[in-house]
Amino acid sequence: MTTGEDRQPSGTRPSLFLERQSYRRRRLTDAARLLPILGAALIAIPLLWPGGSSEKGVPLSSAIFYIFACWAALIVASLIFGFAARRMAASDETDSDTDQWQR
Amino acid sequence: MATLNVLILVCLGYVVLLFGVAFAADRMAAAGRGAWLRSPLIYTLSLSIYCTAWTFYGAVGNAARSGLEFVTIYLGPTLVMVSWWWGLRKLVRVGRSQRVTSIADLISARYGKSNTLAICVTILAVLGGTPYIALQLQSITLSFSIFAEADPSGLYREGSSVFWVAAGLAVFAILFGTRNLDANERHHGVVTAIALESVVKLFALLAVGVFVVWGVAGGIGPMMDRIDASEIGQWNVDAGRWTTFIFLSAAAFICLPRMFQVMVVENADEGHLRTAAWAFPLYLLLMSLFVVPIAVVGLDLLPEGSNPDLFVLTVPLSQGNDWLAMLSFIGGFSSATSMVIVTAMALSTMVSNHLVMPIWLSTQGGSGSVSGDVRHVVLVARRVSIAVIMGFGFFYYRLSGGGAALASIGLVAFAGISQILPALVGGLFWRGATRTGALVGLTVGFLLWIYTLLLPGMGGAIMPESILQNGPFGLGWVRPQALFGIEGMDPMVHSVMWSLSLNTLAFCTASLLSFPSPLERLQGAQFVNVFDHSVAPRGWSGSVAQSEDLMIMTQRILGAGPAQEFFQAEVEQQGGRTSLPEPTPAFLERLERELSGSVGAATAHAMIGQIVGGSSVSVEDLLAVADESAQMLEYSSQLEVKSAELSRTARQLREANTKLTQISAQKDSFLSQVSHELRTPMTSIRAFSEIMRDTEGLSGEEQTRYAAIIHDEALRLTRLLDDLLDLSVLESGQVSLNMGGDTLRSVLDRAVSSALAGTSQSLTVRRSKVSERIPLHTDLDRLGQVFINLISNAQKYCDAPEPELTISAHDVGGQIVIDFADNGSGIPPEAQSMVFEKFARVSGDKAGGAGLGLAICREIMQRLGGEISYLPGQGGAAFRVRLPLAYRQAAQ
Repeated sequence: MTTGEDRQPSGTRPSLFLERQSYRRRRLTDAARLLPILGAALIAIPLLWPGGSSEKGVPLSSAIFYIFACWAALIVASLIFGFAARRMAASDETDSDTDQWQR
Repeated sequence: MATLNVLILVCLGYVVLLFGVAFAADRMAAAGRGAWLRSPLIYTLSLSIYCTAWTFYGAVGNAARSGLEFVTIYLGPTLVMVSWWWGLRKLVRVGRSQRVTSIADLISARYGKSNTLAICVTILAVLGGTPYIALQLQSITLSFSIFAEADPSGLYREGSSVFWVAAGLAVFAILFGTRNLDANERHHGVVTAIALESVVKLFALLAVGVFVVWGVAGGIGPMMDRIDASEIGQWNVDAGRWTTFIFLSAAAFICLPRMFQVMVVENADEGHLRTAAWAFPLYLLLMSLFVVPIAVVGLDLLPEGSNPDLFVLTVPLSQGNDWLAMLSFIGGFSSATSMVIVTAMALSTMVSNHLVMPIWLSTQGGSGSVSGDVRHVVLVARRVSIAVIMGFGFFYYRLSGGGAALASIGLVAFAGISQILPALVGGLFWRGATRTGALVGLTVGFLLWIYTLLLPGMGGAIMPESILQNGPFGLGWVRPQALFGIEGMDPMVHSVMWSLSLNTLAFCTASLLSFPSPLERLQGAQFVNVFDHSVAPRGWSGSVAQSEDLMIMTQRILGAGPAQEFFQAEVEQQGGRTSLPEPTPAFLERLERELSGSVGAATAHAMIGQIVGGSSVSVEDLLAVADESAQMLEYSSQLEVKSAELSRTARQLREANTKLTQISAQKDSFLSQVSHELRTPMTSIRAFSEIMRDTEGLSGEEQTRYAAIIHDEALRLTRLLDDLLDLSVLESGQVSLNMGGDTLRSVLDRAVSSALAGTSQSLTVRRSKVSERIPLHTDLDRLGQVFINLISNAQKYCDAPEPELTISAHDVGGQIVIDFADNGSGIPPEAQSMVFEKFARVSGDKAGGAGLGLAICREIMQRLGGEISYLPGQGGAAFRVRLPLAYRQAAQ
């Protein structure tokens, strides 16, 4: 049985507003979904740079800097999400309301 | 200067160290210590077998050739790790809940435990892994050759060294990978050794990088200037290759058998993904950090034409830093060995579970319990398959001439293994994906990959130049590197684009068009909704007699000790006192999972199926049972209807029986009544006639009186006999009706007057003469007889102080209804059903009738086509006479 506060018994309408904690969780899952899209967008940006050996070309050192900065940013974001997920999981053990936000 | 002998000694020493670490880790795990062996850090480090010798040597080579393009191979996995929450987490959960042993096992389990599919994936994985293993051989050989050039002894020959490297790696992988059987059991030793190798290769590459940046270039600033000034100093990456390779590396990261092995099979805790999600990209970043500097410095320092794939080794060597070169060599050796160990483990598991075991089982004559040690068979199969896989790698290396750049070989392998991706992702996220779809998609992608990438890459011996130029049989539009006439694409991009897109298209189309089996649909639901329910479908049922066979089989697969432990635990759980557990479906399901950890899902399913065999309940059966139960429901509702009908009939029968008993009693009483009725007048007649005969001197008055009595009694007898005769005639249906026409009113008039004539008792008759103007066409005398009977009954039995009889007539629904109701106490309910029977007299003998009147009435009314019934609830006794109006109409 569920003990989650934002769960409604079947047949009744689910409440429109979630508890603050559940709301945070759902937004966190949204973030988890968006993160790889953001990452893909960031590493696709170099495709727009002028290529070839023209004068306007981007120097390799700048390219390295950009790529590794994006990479590091993704790692940091993933690290933060990892900690948030751990906290969620920890509060879940008392809440036993995992399925709500796992989907 | 390190000689070749020193190098070989170092290699052997390193291998011994690895064995030591693995052995110690296994011991610690067995002793229950060493929780750190299951830590997220070890998990992350074991994931870094992704970085093979290709990364270690090839990344620098790739950077020297194409600048930043090498980074795509690490950006793809980074994106996959970042999206672990909805990707890898599901994969790991599915893998753990289904106890899968390899990626082939996973695909097979998803698509209805199909072994055909498992075989396809296995072959694909072996063929896709072949170039990759060749790559490891090539890199180790190349690194040996670098040291050999400097070796004065000149013992080194390239051809034989490749063979020895291959043989050495095979032995190494056999010793390491096939020590224990249960592929699902965590290989703590191997994983720890791999983690150590990961640290070594990262440390080696970082050391070379630090040496290059700070030792050679003189700091970050000068290094950056040097990069910009070099021949690869500008951003110049082909957009097609950039996106394709990122996608390809992401796909291969999930699909590579060795990655699946460490990521899913060896995963001890789902939570480790959380750490690996950031730690593994960080590892990749560190591995890539110094690649470009090493490449740039190598291009600067080393003479034109030196192999850029070996800059990691040659740059320190050229600077006279032998120890760093040695460290770098060990780093490369680590990369190659860890990759080979895990790949060999993963591939040999797949080969033995999906190729060897099914064949072995079928040659055993269809019984899983015959003699012969399965464990031995499995182990031998795995060892032989490792040797064969290494052999394939060796031949690929020889065929391709060993000349290709490391990166391009690696990419060929990536493109091959990525053909699994549509079936894998579709299986995890789309319930509609079917076995047929997966088979068709895999086949299409696999064939295209072989045709467009693998064969052209193997050189002119396999695919002649003419085919590349003009297509097979001169068909220009199917040229391997310009399918459908699209020319000018990079061969790699071309192959990946066509094979994966047509693979996906075929997979989706065939899935949409085909219909999955029930087991597939169940498994599909389990995979796609793994977070909702992680319970396997129940499908077995067995009898106790089979427990022993199961035990024998399990012992042969798991070994005697673990098998007995497993069965004992099961017995205890079932709470039984027997030595063997009941083969309940739950137990068989657990056993199947346990076995699948050793021999794979499809084989375990088949083995249990062989033993439980006849009584195994397939899902098809279950569904059929479901159909049957629907039919049963229908049938039982029919039964209910019938049983209701039966109980109705039974009630009727009971009523009939009661009536019959009553009638039987009546018959008895009828006889006694008749005798009694006959006897009473006969007695009087006899007595009075004797008096008249024997008594002398009777006065004339007395004689007259006695004669009158005799006459009366004779009349009564006659009347009784008339009634009886009348009744029998009526009952036998031989009566002839004397039809005539009159109104109801006049019939009633006559009846009332004749019934009331000559009686002392007063009875008031109430009539509504207006409503009685109904014309009749019937036997008027018989009808009158009925009326007279009813009126005289009222006269005789009505016990009211002022008896009254109400006669009312209606025309109801085509029938004439005539009610005769008096104001007496009526007939008691228990007697109501009997009033129409012969000799039924309600209130004793006081009225002196024979009790035939109403019986005659009923018979008459039946003859007339109407009926007479008792009308309850009218206050007194009430009778209703119905006559059909049809008689009236028939008369008109």
